[in-house]
Formats: sequence, C-alpha cells, structure tokens
Amino acid sequence: MFNSEQNHWFVRKVIFWRAAASVAWSVLLLPVTTALFAFLSRFSLFHPIQWISESFSLLYGSYVIFSLVLLCGVVLVVGVFNLEYYTVVPSVPCTKIALLGKVLHPQQSVHSLVHSMMGIMVTWCAATMIGGRYWILAAPCSEEEGVTGQKMCLNEYYLFFLLAGAFMGYSYSLLGVVRNMNYVSFQTIQQCKYLRFKGMLPQVVRYSAVQSLYSVRNYCLFYFFFGYIPRAWICTTLNVHEDSSLHRLDTVSGLLDFRLLYHLWLSGTFLLLTWHITLLLFRIFITEAYSFPVQSSFSEDVSQCLPKVLSEKQPLILKFLALQDLFLLSQQSLSRRMEVFSLSQPGGHPHNWNAICKECLSLLSDLSQRLVEYQEVVASNGRARPLSSHSDQRSTSSETLVTSGTEEQLQTPQQSIGLKTPSSVFLRSTSLGLHTPMTAPFTPRQESPFSSSSVNRFVGNVDPSSPWYGSVQSPHVMRRGPKLWTASTGSPPGSSLPPSPTTIPSPVPAAQKPGLFSLWLQNRQEQLPEASSQALFADSQAHIWALEGLSNLVAASYKEDRFGVVQTMLPSILSTMLLLQEAVDKHFKLPHASSKPVRSTCCLEDSTFKTLRFALRAALKTAMYRITVTFGEHLHSVQMSAEHRKRLQQFMEYKE
Amino acid sequence: MNSLSLFPPPGPDGNITLFESNNELVCGTSLGSRQKQGWEPPSLLFPRESLKPHSRPESSSKAAFLDHRDTLWMRSARAWRDSGLSGLLDEIANCTEEEVPRWLTVGCSWTLALLRWVSSFHGSLFPHLTLSSEDMVAEFSQVLDWSDCAVRAFAWHPHTDKFAVSLLDDSIRIYNSKSATAPTLKHRLQRNVAALQWKPLCASALAVACHNCLLVWHVDPTSLSTRPSSGCAQVLSHPGHCPVTSIAWSPNGSLLLSASPVDTAMMVWDVAGESCVPLQRVGGGGVTFLSWSPDGSRVLASTPSALFRVWETRTWTCERWPCLKGRCQTGCWSPDGTRLLFSVQGEMVIYALTFTDAPGSSKAAAIVADLSETSFSTSQGQVRVGGQVQTMAWDPRGERLAVLLKGTEPEPVISQHILLPVVRSHSTTSIGFVKGESGAEPRLLQFHPHFPNGALLTVCWSNGRISHVPFFFVSAGGSVLNPGGSPPWPLPQSRAVENGERLLYTEMSS
Repeated sequence: MFNSEQNHWFVRKVIFWRAAASVAWSVLLLPVTTALFAFLSRFSLFHPIQWISESFSLLYGSYVIFSLVLLCGVVLVVGVFNLEYYTVVPSVPCTKIALLGKVLHPQQSVHSLVHSMMGIMVTWCAATMIGGRYWILAAPCSEEEGVTGQKMCLNEYYLFFLLAGAFMGYSYSLLGVVRNMNYVSFQTIQQCKYLRFKGMLPQVVRYSAVQSLYSVRNYCLFYFFFGYIPRAWICTTLNVHEDSSLHRLDTVSGLLDFRLLYHLWLSGTFLLLTWHITLLLFRIFITEAYSFPVQSSFSEDVSQCLPKVLSEKQPLILKFLALQDLFLLSQQSLSRRMEVFSLSQPGGHPHNWNAICKECLSLLSDLSQRLVEYQEVVASNGRARPLSSHSDQRSTSSETLVTSGTEEQLQTPQQSIGLKTPSSVFLRSTSLGLHTPMTAPFTPRQESPFSSSSVNRFVGNVDPSSPWYGSVQSPHVMRRGPKLWTASTGSPPGSSLPPSPTTIPSPVPAAQKPGLFSLWLQNRQEQLPEASSQALFADSQAHIWALEGLSNLVAASYKEDRFGVVQTMLPSILSTMLLLQEAVDKHFKLPHASSKPVRSTCCLEDSTFKTLRFALRAALKTAMYRITVTFGEHLHSVQMSAEHRKRLQQFMEYKE
Repeated sequence: MNSLSLFPPPGPDGNITLFESNNELVCGTSLGSRQKQGWEPPSLLFPRESLKPHSRPESSSKAAFLDHRDTLWMRSARAWRDSGLSGLLDEIANCTEEEVPRWLTVGCSWTLALLRWVSSFHGSLFPHLTLSSEDMVAEFSQVLDWSDCAVRAFAWHPHTDKFAVSLLDDSIRIYNSKSATAPTLKHRLQRNVAALQWKPLCASALAVACHNCLLVWHVDPTSLSTRPSSGCAQVLSHPGHCPVTSIAWSPNGSLLLSASPVDTAMMVWDVAGESCVPLQRVGGGGVTFLSWSPDGSRVLASTPSALFRVWETRTWTCERWPCLKGRCQTGCWSPDGTRLLFSVQGEMVIYALTFTDAPGSSKAAAIVADLSETSFSTSQGQVRVGGQVQTMAWDPRGERLAVLLKGTEPEPVISQHILLPVVRSHSTTSIGFVKGESGAEPRLLQFHPHFPNGALLTVCWSNGRISHVPFFFVSAGGSVLNPGGSPPWPLPQSRAVENGERLLYTEMSS
C-alpha cells in the first residue's frame, strides 16, 4: 500500500518535504529541551549556586553532545514512524475485541517494539546526563566482609532507568493506538504554523508532564511486582551479582526514593516532550493548506490541477488537501473562482466546474448511500425474520466476493447469532460492494487477525451453549438485547444476522462446557456505544469540505458566473444535498447517534472524529441555507421532484 | 466632520418618534397613528416590576443549609471545588486549633495574604480584574446601565422575522412573525446574559453569552412547545473564560467567537464539535467586545485597556490599534466590510477606519463625527444633548447610523432622556433624534437585518418597552440582496487632510 502511495508525485514533492521540515524543526528544538532537562535534573533547593554552575559545566560536557547526536537519531526515527503511520481517516474500533486486534496487529507491534527501544535510548541518554548513581550498569561491589573488590555488582538504578524507558516507549505506542494519536485532523481556522505551534506548546508540555506522571505510577507498580525477573535475568546473563548491602528497588522502601522518582518523572517528561513535539510539528506541517492551480496552460501540469487531483483516490492526504483547497478558494479567492467558472478555450466547455462538481456530488451521494445501507441493516436487525430472498441472495453473492480469502468457518451455519464479527462498519460497506474510495486503504488494518476470522474460530463452536443461544429464539429478547445495535455492523452480511431460529443447528457435541472464555468474548463484543456511528462518519471531514465548497461556489455563481455553468448542475446539487439531508436525519433518529462523546481535554488526543457527524449535520444545513438564501424565489423554477420541492420549501421558510 | 449642531432640534416633550419619511423624523403622540404595512414586529412591554431578578446569593445560603460539623477534609474539598486555591487557604486559615496544627493555619493565612497582595498588584495593572463578574458584565456590555435594565439583550434573526429578547430574570423569549407561540428559554447555567446572537444560515441556533459559559440553543421553529427543555442547549465552556461578555458568529455561520474580559485569549469555537481554538495575544488584559464585519473578512476585538485589535480572518493575524484616551467602547462595520466606525471611552467623537486590500492604504483613524454637548432651544426651553457613545448600529444597507449616547450624569436635563441622533451616512447629513415615551431612556438598539422599505430600528427602553422605528427611504446603492455595493461614505483620508489634526496613531503588528 505504501509503495504505490509513495511514488505519487504529491507524496514525493510535498509530503516528504513537509515531514522533513517538521523533523528538522524538532531536531533544532532538541538542544533547548535537552538543556532544560540538564538544568532541571541537577535541581537542588539548598545549593542554588552550585546547581547552576554544575548545570552549565554539564552542558559543555562531551556526554551531552554525544547524547544530543543520539537523540537526533531518535527524533528522526520517530519522525519516520509518524510519516508512515499517520492517517487522516481514523479507524474506529467498534468493539473491544477489534480494539484488542488493533493493539496486537503486527504493524502495531513493530511500532511498539521500535518505540520501546528508542525509549531505552532516550533514558540511557538521560541517565548519562544525570550521571551519579545512574552512571553504569555494573560496578565493583561495595566493601563487604569476605569479598574482594574484584567482584562486579549490578547497579539496579541503571537497570530501573532503562526499563522505565522501554516501559514509557511502549505505553506511548499503546496509548497512541488506543487514543488514535496517529489521526491527523485539520484545523477549523488557518493560522500560520509558528502561531499554531506557539499556541499549542504550553498544552503539550502540560500533557507530557501529566502523562509522564501516570507512566511513572504504572511503571512503579509494574516494577514492584515483576522487577525481579529482569534483574535476575541480567544478573545471570552478565554474570554480575546483586549487591545485598543496598536496598532493592522492588520493595516499598526502595521505591520511595524521592530523588529517584523525580529523576524518573523528569526523564519521562523529557522523552514524551521530544516525541510529542515531533508529532505536533508533523501534524502542523502536514495539514498546512496547499494551493493547487485550478487550470494550467501546460499539458504536463494538468495532472496537478485541482479538478484532476480531486478525483484521485490514492493518497488520502492529497484528496483531503485538495478538498480543503476547494473550500478555501470558494470562500476567499475571487480570481480562482473565476477560473473554476471559466470555459475551456477551444470548445467552450466548463470542464473545471464539471469535474469539481461531479467529484463533490459523488462523494456526497456515496455518503448517503452508506447511511442508507447502514439504516437498512439496523432496521432489518430488529425483526424476527427479516431476510427476504432478495437480500439473502445479495448477501451470499457479496459474501463470496469478500470473504473469499478468509476461512471456511465464516460460512458455516454455526456462527449464527452471537457471531457479530467485530469488524467495523466499513468492512460491511466494503462487503456490500460499495467500497467507498475514501475508506479503502484503511480496511485492511481493521481486519486484524483478531477482528474477524480468528474470533469466529473461537466462538463458533461454543456459541450454541452460551446463554445467548436460548434467548435469541425469542424476537422480543433480540429486540431488547444489546445486539440490536451491535450486530448491525456485523460482519459480512451472509454470516451476520438475522438468523431465523431454524438455521441454528443442533449443538455440536464438542461444545458441552460453557466456556468462560466465550462468555468473556461475548461481553467484549458488545459494541462500544456510538462507535459504529463514529466509524460511519470517520472520513466526514471530506464531505464537510465538499458541502462547504460546493455551496460557496453555487452562492458565488449568483454574481460571478457569467456563462451560467453552475445553473445546469443546480438540480442535481440540490437533490443530492436533500437526499443526504434525509439520510442524515434518519441516522440521527437511531439511538446512540445523537449522544455526545466525552470531550477530551488535550490537544494531542484529537477527538475531532468523534463529533464529525454533528459537524456534518450542521454543515449540510448551512450549505442548504446558503443556496436558498442566495437564490431565494428563483429556486422555484428549478426542476425537482415534488418531495424535494416540499423539503426545499421548508428551507426557504426557515423551518428546518 | 459632522457635529450635533447640524441636527434639527429634538421634538417636543410628550411626543414619540414614529417613523422617518422624506428624510424627516415624524413625531406623534401614540404608536397607532401610522397605517400598518405587512407584518409589524410587536411592540412589547416588559415592566421592570414583573421580572424578578435572580436572587441566588450562594455565599449567604451556604451558611443556612450546610451542616457545619463536617470534617475538615470535606470542607476543604468543597472550598477547593467552590472557589479554588484561595477558598481552600481561607478555609484552613479559619480552622480552630484542635483541628489543624497552629503552624498550618499561620502558614495558610500568610500564603493567603501574599496571594491577595500579588492579585492586587495584578489588579492595579488591569483595574477591571478587581470587579466582580456581574459588575464586569455591566461595565463592558453594550447595553446602557445593564444591571438595572429589564431587557438585557436583544437579537434579530438574520434571515427571518424573528427575534430573541433576554430579560432581567435570566429567561429568553423568542417572538416569531409566523407563529403565535413565544418560547421561553431557561437553563440552569443561563445567568447574567450579556449578549445574544442568532447563527447565520441556520433557522434555529441561538448563541447566548452567559455568566460562566456559552450556551447554544437549538430552538426548533416548527415546535409548538413554549418551554424547550434544557437538553436543546449545548454548553460550551473553557476554564478561565468567564464571564463571557461578547459573542460573534462568522457571517457564513461556521465559527463562533467569544470573548471574556478576564481572558487574554479569544475563543474560536467549532460549535458542532464543541472544540475551541484560543487565539492568545498578551496585552490589553482581556477582550471585551467583538464585531465581525458583514463580509466575514475582519473582526474587531476591543480590550479593557486603551488598545483594540482588528483581526483578519484568513490567517488570523491582527493589527494592534492603541488608542490615546481610553478603551474602545463600541464599533460597527459598513455592510461591505471596508469601513469601521468606532468610539473610544472618554471622547465624544466617532472615528472611522478604512480597510482596503491594496497596500499602502491609510493607517490612521479619522474623526467623522463630533458629539460634544450642544444646546438646542426648543419650545420647552434649552435642551442640551451630547456625550460619549455607548453603542452604535449601522443599518444593513449602509444608509443610516444610529448612535446611543451616554449622558453625563450630574446634569439632569440630559439624563432625563438620552437621545438618538440618526446620521444619514450617504452624505453624512443629519436626520434627527429619536424620542421615546417621556421618562424612558434608550438602552439598546439594533437594526432589522432585512427590512424591505428602508431600515427598521429596534430600541429597548428603560421602562421595559421594545419599540420599532421604521425609516422609509429608497436605497441609492441597490437592493438589499446586493450588499456588495458600498455606500459612498466620504473617505476618511480626505477628511483627515481637511481637518488636519486629531489623528489616531497606529502601529502595525501581527
């Protein structure tokens, strides 16, 4: 996936350079944070003069210079990982199992592993800079009776510090996947990069400090219980001894060393801060608006023009930036709007406008179709025997289409009711053959080994004996049960619900014991509330821009469009928007769809995608009103169906 | 330059200004003496006596209800929650000997004293920070004498004949031309409403600037309910951003700005996502008043100090405009967003600023109107008019400017009725003073956003009356649908040259 993406001209010419610039800036900021760290690490309240002079002499030391070189390498690797793992469409796990699958995905494991190693490197640098007792792994044992000085002992502080780095690196990676830290959202306002960075910096510092505090707490608990394992392992492999005269660190008294905890917290803050700054700069640089030319007189540049770029599917970032540019030009730039409305020189066709309009409309109608499909599945789910022959047929055909690669078990009749495979809604829409271009590259990630087939393998056999087995026979229970929701997103439609009781085979003999594991799995599979709604609208930023851009262009055409190119498309624009309005209205009548998610407090945990459906609803209404306010009574002469006219009348009377 | 001496004298006592036609204000004794055309906005009366202000003195009721024999931990936790660090310190400092060791109480009282000293120092830098939040709203509100006014805020819907009124009892009522029901909005957090604004390009959303949050109501226009539940309101709050004294929707309805005099950042809200981007600029000590230009390209943000900023909305950079005398009290934009009129506290003049995209445009504010005291001889004797500007409104066609003057208090003649000069901006001729019922002072004014036959001015009076004064005229610049054509306001640059002096200096920064 990445190879084809990376060869794209836009990725080569723009994204790489932006990522490189962001890494360069974070490298430039590194000496500042390092100096700050060195300064604070020597902090002593009672000897301020000594503290300051020591820190300054430390800064000139060769250790610090060497550490800086190493840290530059670490920042570089973090930057490369940011570039490789970022996404503009978050993958929202609909169930806890899917989340687990995401965490255990091989790609994610690589991420975690590398970050743990880099964590070790950073804390090694930190330990070297602090010096003192964190200096070296093995030291000659302190004088003990009967032992000569030749014997080497393990310096547990050193081990404690390095392990902390690994722990923090891992928790950074883990929290990153749980909180969708790789999701890059676009700002609502266009600020310049420096001001954006300046505004966010205090929040990032605070966030890093707080996260580091939590990490230290978790790490201390971890070390308290499991600290003896790495210690013993290191001792045996390196053939060093444990110093029995010193306190062990996996005891309460050992861990209550205030200075140790302070150093640990400071190093953790330093680690997280450098990484978070890299991430922040990456986000700021990558989401900066890019201005595409609307048309070009040179034929070799045509592929880089806005109408062409909009219709491309592959690097999603390109599509998003193009839509953002469309939104901005429709609002701010008269001259570029004129180019959009212009006619081609020989022939006199409005190619630019046609291409832009077609792309926006196809995006919007894709979304309405996706919503309608979702509603159909949800609606059919509540009934006892909803399977019409038609949908049966459709689902089986699509099933072969999609699940062809997966295991046979998907098609066995056993995984009937309880088997909502926790794939996301996207998977479903994919399976229905409505593969939307926006989501395409992301579905593979969600299909982690845990998320679909392997789970089926676990549950498939034991399911009939689970408590659900009996209860689902009653349609009432089914309607009440949590599955009403959850199953909707289920799996490839062929295997998904709604099963008539007759399709359930007699219990397999192997499934006599009601496995605790299956019960647990069953619980985990209950959908996280409103997650399916979030997943459905995960890429809606594109739709919002399409709506805004289109409606702004239409409104501007009232005065600026000299050839009337927009008028020809007005009926289809209006009907597409009204269809979408209908679908969105219906969606918000579903339970959980209109419940608000918890607002995250920090800037770095971007939860914009959780509220995109509300933003889309608001943008849709604004777009409709923008058109009706501009055209007013003239809209009566636009051809449309009676139903749409009625709906439009509502808008014209300000009753929506 | 225009001055009050060019105005025709105010009408006789006991008469009310009814409407304008042929460039003259027509007075009469009752509102009914004009024939109605189409829908007339209702002239409402909210008597001061019928509205009970919220009496929720939280500090005094605490003593009456709470059990004082709580443990120290409970009390400390509550003090921390209610009033933060200073409350906690106060609680501990006032403890008895047997509960807390002596050194702790002494330490707490010392810390508290130090804290108060530091905050008083901060307060001497920015005196408005020492005000209570209610006084602060009264100080910076656009409404004259906000704390005593029956009508605290008023907002016309930008597209349809509908308006919202916020009253002294913290409720909001919505009057609609198309339905007889007038919904009343009440919310637990809706206190000390300082401003209201309807979202443009939307039928239902109403933003309310409250005591410690922003509320965005979604009032379904087709609903017949008279008391929409508080579930219809979105609460937007940000720590340290209260009280909110001014809000402004972007003209394309996508963003909401909010300002608080204690917060140096102004917030740009994405209302649907309930997220905000703070735009921080140190200097000024807060933001008091916001006004978004009708074309959406610029925002005026005034601060409590002698400084205001003009933001441009493309990349959100700002120009600093230090004023000479006092803070910028109010401002309004011409319909095409190129001209800004503003007034400065302590000066009885109106300044104008012109913005053009071309480089090298004039960066100086010029005085366009002088509102210093002038006496008129009327049948009742001498009437003196003049004072500082409290608020201004420019009608959507750009042809009428209404200015609300704040009289100087000790002179009884002026404080009897504060008068409204209506400046006709086309050639800056003067039209006259709008008068209300005898004894009523104007408190707040706003133009109807799309009155078909000219302009319609809505005035809220001190006796609780909301009246509407139509100005009938034919617009020179075209219809309302084309707000692009700006009225030919005499260019301030040339005026500045004419007048020669009293330029406001400026400095550019981003």
